[in-house]
Amino acid sequence: MSFINVENISKTFKVAQRKSGLKATLKSFFKRKYFYIEAVKNISFQIEKGDIVGYIGPNGAGKSTTIKMLSGILLPDQGKIEINNMIPALDRQKYVANIGVVFGQRSQLWWDLPALDSFDLLKNIYKLKDDQYQKTIQELIGLLELDNIVQIPVRQLSLGQRMRCEIAASLIHNPSILFLDEPTIGLDATSKQIVRNFIKRINKERKTTIILTTHDMNDIEALAKRIILIGKGQVLYDGTIKHLKQKYGNYCNVIVTTKNILKTTNKKGIISKEKITDGYIFKIDINQITVSEFLKYLATKVKVDDVEINNESIDDLIIKLYKEFEI
Amino acid sequence: MSSYLSLFKIKFINNLQYRSAALAGILTQIFFGLVFIMVYIAFYTSNDNQGPIALSQLVTYLWLNQIFFTLVFIFQSEEQLLTMIRNGNIAYELCRPMNFYFKWFVTLYASRIAKVALRFLPVILLALILPSPYNLSLPYGIKEFIVFLLALLLSSLLATALSIIYHLLVFYLLDERGILTLLGVVGEIFSGLTIPIAFFPEFLKTIAYLLPFHYICDLPFRIYSGNISLSVALPNLIGGLIWLILFGLLGYMISKKMLKKAVIQGG
Repeated sequence: MSFINVENISKTFKVAQRKSGLKATLKSFFKRKYFYIEAVKNISFQIEKGDIVGYIGPNGAGKSTTIKMLSGILLPDQGKIEINNMIPALDRQKYVANIGVVFGQRSQLWWDLPALDSFDLLKNIYKLKDDQYQKTIQELIGLLELDNIVQIPVRQLSLGQRMRCEIAASLIHNPSILFLDEPTIGLDATSKQIVRNFIKRINKERKTTIILTTHDMNDIEALAKRIILIGKGQVLYDGTIKHLKQKYGNYCNVIVTTKNILKTTNKKGIISKEKITDGYIFKIDINQITVSEFLKYLATKVKVDDVEINNESIDDLIIKLYKEFEI
Repeated sequence: MSSYLSLFKIKFINNLQYRSAALAGILTQIFFGLVFIMVYIAFYTSNDNQGPIALSQLVTYLWLNQIFFTLVFIFQSEEQLLTMIRNGNIAYELCRPMNFYFKWFVTLYASRIAKVALRFLPVILLALILPSPYNLSLPYGIKEFIVFLLALLLSSLLATALSIIYHLLVFYLLDERGILTLLGVVGEIFSGLTIPIAFFPEFLKTIAYLLPFHYICDLPFRIYSGNISLSVALPNLIGGLIWLILFGLLGYMISKKMLKKAVIQGG
């Protein structure tokens, strides 16, 4: 049995529907129309201890709802979640003692107090021993570069500084599972880097199981070997990024500057050719043809003046996937 | 237990920061205290009939109401909790290994204690040194004073138990103002904040004594001034205790039920 077991969970929300404007608002006082949104439909997956899993999908796909069910905040309408032999929403008080959660767009710190005060409170809530707490907190402060930041009232911190404090707050009790719901939202490159390195490190050192949702595919590439892609509440893909690339094409754009005219290209692996003012843009599939093979082939046809190679980013791949699944 | 103490501490520290709010509160309470007292003095001196409560007892009652206002006023909104429910930050509260109801009971109680701690001393000192008949009298006796403190403890707990219930209702209603206006009128009148219950006509008095509100703002302050004798006060304290248990259980059950159906706002 896996560490995290999710079997066919579903969750539906009832939403009041109303058109904008005064008339519609008045009307809704007397008669309200509701419709139902199936935020999550029959999702199943297993995760082993110590894994980092990227949980991705477009806005409104059901990512946060899943995280909330996994962390015991919401009860699934159907299906079963079992984590570490507990049912999160039912054994809530016991279960949450061993998990850490970061909701990127929310705050758990006391707004008017320095983060250190919030940490002290968490220490008592999780009933941590003094020496153990001191050790953890010093480590977290060092790794997340929070030295002077933790003594400033939270309302005066920048978003990136606050987010690092939030992440530290979620790890004070050394949880065995960490849920990160968009932990890098709105962060600058440096902060993102700090957060990513940190996540990697605690996963390695503490064997923390990490489930991460994000829209930043660089986060995913840097951290997660395995991704679960969901859309419209359903699992669309569950596997490694490498496999995803192989399966859905690992494309590369080659921009060639040449004065010659190229009439035909009929080599395997060339997906498309587009004429621009001083040359061509090729899209090639590097699962079928390597860049050097392609260039060698091209040199036999035209005189190449200049060449620029752009790897297709994982963003493009995801967009392609979203298109393919029509989500 | 230490986690609840720690929670109490952080809330207390947090609220102690708001110094200008405390200063404004002190001035408001002095202002209202004086206005009420002057109105009643005018009323007493222009009327030959003796009022239902001695003037010095009434003045003391009015001062105490102002001094402990933030401790016992039922409809004191805790913005921290309300905002959390409205914008969904409550999600974090639900992933802590603590009982939700007791956690918020402690937080709301700490907030009341912090507010009163910052305000009561200047108002008490001023009220004590004012010339008669405007002054706050000393307690009727040492026994009365001890029972008064007990009654005040009970009333502040009861006020917290009541206020947490309407905070929880915000999970369904998303806004507390409607319910506050509705309950506020009833609660304020029957707790004797608008007019002391002693002045009520008989039938209203009967209703007021059946409702829980008079345990909160009326009973402790009448015990202090000796307007209610100890032999009457003690059974009343038991009555208040029963209401406290009832509202505590009700709030606890609502919180359990609500958490099962909770909707976290805002994605």
